[in-house]
Amino acid sequence: MDYTTIIGLEVHVQLLTESKMFSSCGTEFGLPPNTQTDPVSLGLPGTLPVMNGKAFELALKTALALHAEITPFTKWDRKNYYYPDLPKNYQISQYDLPFSQHGWLEIPVQKDGSGGGRCRLTRVHLEEDTGKLTHGSGGFSEVDLNRAGIPLLEIVTEPDLRTPQDARAVLEELRLTLRYLGVSDCEMQEGSLRCDANVNLHINVDGKTVATPIVEIKNLNSFRSVERALTYEMDRQYRQWKEDGLTIKDAPKETRGWSEPDGVTKSQRRKESASDYRYFPEPDLVPVVVDQPWIDRVQSSIGELPARRRERFETEYELSAYDANVLVEQGPDVAEYFDHVAKATGEAKLASNWIQQDVLRTIKETKTTLAEFPVKPDGLADLINRVKRRELNTNQGREVLAKMIESGEAIDKVIAAGGYGMVSDRDAIIAAVEAALAGNPKAIEDLKGGKKKPEAVKGFLRGQVMKQTGGKADPALVGELLDAKLAELAG
Amino acid sequence: MDLTRASACEWLTQLNSGKVTSEELVGGYLKRAEALQRLNTFVHLDHDAVLAQARSIDAKRKVGEPVGPLAGLPVAVKDVLCVEGVPTTCGSRMLKNFRPPYDATVIARLKAAGAVLFGMTNMDEFAMGSSTENSSYGPTRNPWDETRIPGGSSGGAAVAIAADLAPLSLGSDTGGSIRQPASLCGVVGLKPTYGRVSRYGLIAYASSLDQVGPFAHSLADAALVLQHIAGRDPRDATSVDRPVPDYAATLDTPPESLRIGLVREHRGEGLDPEVASALDEAVRVYEKAGATIKEVSLPHSKYGVPAYYVVASAECSSNLARYDGTIYGHRAEDFSAKYPIEEDLPPLIRMMMASRAEGFGAEVKRRIMLGTFALSAGYADQYYNHALKVRRLIRNDFDTAFKEVDVLLGPTSPTPAFKLGERTADPLAMYLSDIYTITANLAGIPGLSIPGGLTRGGLPIGLQFLAPAFAEETLLRTARVFERATDWHTRRPTLAG
Repeated sequence: MDYTTIIGLEVHVQLLTESKMFSSCGTEFGLPPNTQTDPVSLGLPGTLPVMNGKAFELALKTALALHAEITPFTKWDRKNYYYPDLPKNYQISQYDLPFSQHGWLEIPVQKDGSGGGRCRLTRVHLEEDTGKLTHGSGGFSEVDLNRAGIPLLEIVTEPDLRTPQDARAVLEELRLTLRYLGVSDCEMQEGSLRCDANVNLHINVDGKTVATPIVEIKNLNSFRSVERALTYEMDRQYRQWKEDGLTIKDAPKETRGWSEPDGVTKSQRRKESASDYRYFPEPDLVPVVVDQPWIDRVQSSIGELPARRRERFETEYELSAYDANVLVEQGPDVAEYFDHVAKATGEAKLASNWIQQDVLRTIKETKTTLAEFPVKPDGLADLINRVKRRELNTNQGREVLAKMIESGEAIDKVIAAGGYGMVSDRDAIIAAVEAALAGNPKAIEDLKGGKKKPEAVKGFLRGQVMKQTGGKADPALVGELLDAKLAELAG
Repeated sequence: MDLTRASACEWLTQLNSGKVTSEELVGGYLKRAEALQRLNTFVHLDHDAVLAQARSIDAKRKVGEPVGPLAGLPVAVKDVLCVEGVPTTCGSRMLKNFRPPYDATVIARLKAAGAVLFGMTNMDEFAMGSSTENSSYGPTRNPWDETRIPGGSSGGAAVAIAADLAPLSLGSDTGGSIRQPASLCGVVGLKPTYGRVSRYGLIAYASSLDQVGPFAHSLADAALVLQHIAGRDPRDATSVDRPVPDYAATLDTPPESLRIGLVREHRGEGLDPEVASALDEAVRVYEKAGATIKEVSLPHSKYGVPAYYVVASAECSSNLARYDGTIYGHRAEDFSAKYPIEEDLPPLIRMMMASRAEGFGAEVKRRIMLGTFALSAGYADQYYNHALKVRRLIRNDFDTAFKEVDVLLGPTSPTPAFKLGERTADPLAMYLSDIYTITANLAGIPGLSIPGGLTRGGLPIGLQFLAPAFAEETLLRTARVFERATDWHTRRPTLAG
């Protein structure tokens, strides 16, 4: 049966600010409940909100990076509803004049070539986060208002996504972009990035399109669950439609919660009536006027974003698309680390290999971050340059790096302590070659008699020469001199 | 010590010269408050706390430590301004147990100036009312006739001055809540320009209309308070960054331009003839002082009351939403389902409903329902958005009028104080007592009420002056011309006890 899946996302992102959206209260994550509060974020009677200019600027930066249009005159509105996680029983948000509209995200191209194109954005607006409810034992719920009032960016996409894979990819690309912008840490587990997905199917029936009722999926706590829940929901909606034939015209939008352990979505209690948030302009705040110089200033503070950086790594350093992506998707710190090493060595491909094979592997194995990695880009560049200058061979280099990581010591100290250093002295290597040949007459016979392949014999002899030099001989020079000696013997 | 004679400015001189101590002064007022408890002026008055503040100021003065510009002067405070650690209840059962952990900005400024906070005064619940009858503590009585209301919602703060229970007090004015009780109690009441005084710590009724202002016996005293509470506050985004003029310095200099406008629409139906003749008399005073008198029109003022009740109610429905028993406000003990329709509701919702039902009085509920309705989908355009348009038209009316005149003069209230209970059953009649004051809040301009006469029955009549935004100085200087020429502001009610 053929159908098209229509997906739109509603993403909430906490902005990385020192203080809350409308007060000087701190925002640190993970503190004991209700300790990150002040009279304003508790909504105490008589308190008033004052806009956090930094938060607004981070929001502007994000919207500009997402190619959105900035509203020159924007205001705040109250969204009224009763819920215990909302201390004032209204949320300061933006209704009819969000600070930005439109814009778009690139849909990444998947390995199989699917995806690509753009996902349009409806709007990006700023609001205050609510508190957090924990449903505890004994039928009681606990309210933690540490989160209440944290600046929250709402990004709403158009229903431009067609597969769960694209939805996940777009969300991952959004997270990467926000991390490059430095506006949010985007941890889905910690709730600094939250996503709800709207999905329905356009089913082709005898040349006509039938739309199934729209479902909003909540409780998506990871990128994987976004993809899984949407995949499940596509299938469920199709089965449901076959069973009851209900279309978008017959049923209202339904909210379903994703259950990760069960791998299913479950219908959530439908609200008695359509929500009426009784929006009206927030009288305690003044409108914000954003002029062109402000926009220009924020625009110029936006660094290189992931898409542009991948492109540059491919063109400037001639990296493969694969390598460029691996380095970029690790986040701005890894990409900058690479940039630094590549520039300092002039060996982008080598830099990419060393970073992927040694740096990233170590970080992954030790579950640490690049910030904690003991070898700074200058250190790695120094090492690569030594290999390049043949002061060390590649194997030695790996050992030296491993010891630098382990001990945290500088390269010179590690090399001196380990007695590393490549032997490039021709006479010394000739002596070693001669010794190897003298010590292995059988090998020479094999070569002469054609009993074994010449490459295999040469490989064996090279190994013997390296052994003679304690692994320190310049491999290229060993090859050259060995070939010359063998040619002599053959001649 | 005759507390019914001296003004705040005079007390200040005496305090500074050492003729009287703050302890003696507040002691006198405390004694008087004790004797006049029947007026129900204060909802919270902690004698020890008042005396402690006074003694601390006296001690500083004695050793020559620097003291603030209001050092030792008692100031009574309407029960709507947060004072750290002191019950601030908005005259409501809902906030009976609320002790703010912080000071309102105006309170912090008064404290910094050395003022002695002299109790919390009675008010209509959440500042909604014009008679101080909507208080969970019972009504306050008008000292000029104790069977009458003092006006509202800042009735207690007005009576504190009128009955000489404090030389100064602070109130709040959303639609006339300072000017109308000032008028009915025969004292000076000033509502500053919206944004002139910080609202931080003023428990909100209608955020776009609320302003804090002083009550006093004289313009000089009112100017003294305004001087120290006005100015930009980084905690209130709507407070305006504009220099605060030295009001006292210029008060006695008559304005260079004295063009006074009489609003045609403020002489209409419902205006008490005795109030009208007091106004005529005031006009004569100004003519004598060389003023140009001109009739002007505020054609949209007749829509002021309906527009106000839509805007103010809409904002209050949101501002008061937080009082649901969850974090703030009275929590009902019994929230079992009372009607079959409630049985399906989650206990949380039933708890909120029962708490609000018990915690709020009838007028507050009426306005919350009105505002909720006015903001509802499908009705917002017809009511709320429409009211905002009317508000703009009213502002334009004032802009036009102030092109021709410097100040508008009129009655503050259409009638003198009415009887207790007279209008409680008729909300509309009650709402109409603010008919002349409400438009200033909608336009954000400053308004002032001063004593302008007494009826034959001995009830005070107030005169209202309105000026363009931030023209408080003009307002005070213009009113001072009348104050200097008359003695209405020196009259006191005869109080037994």
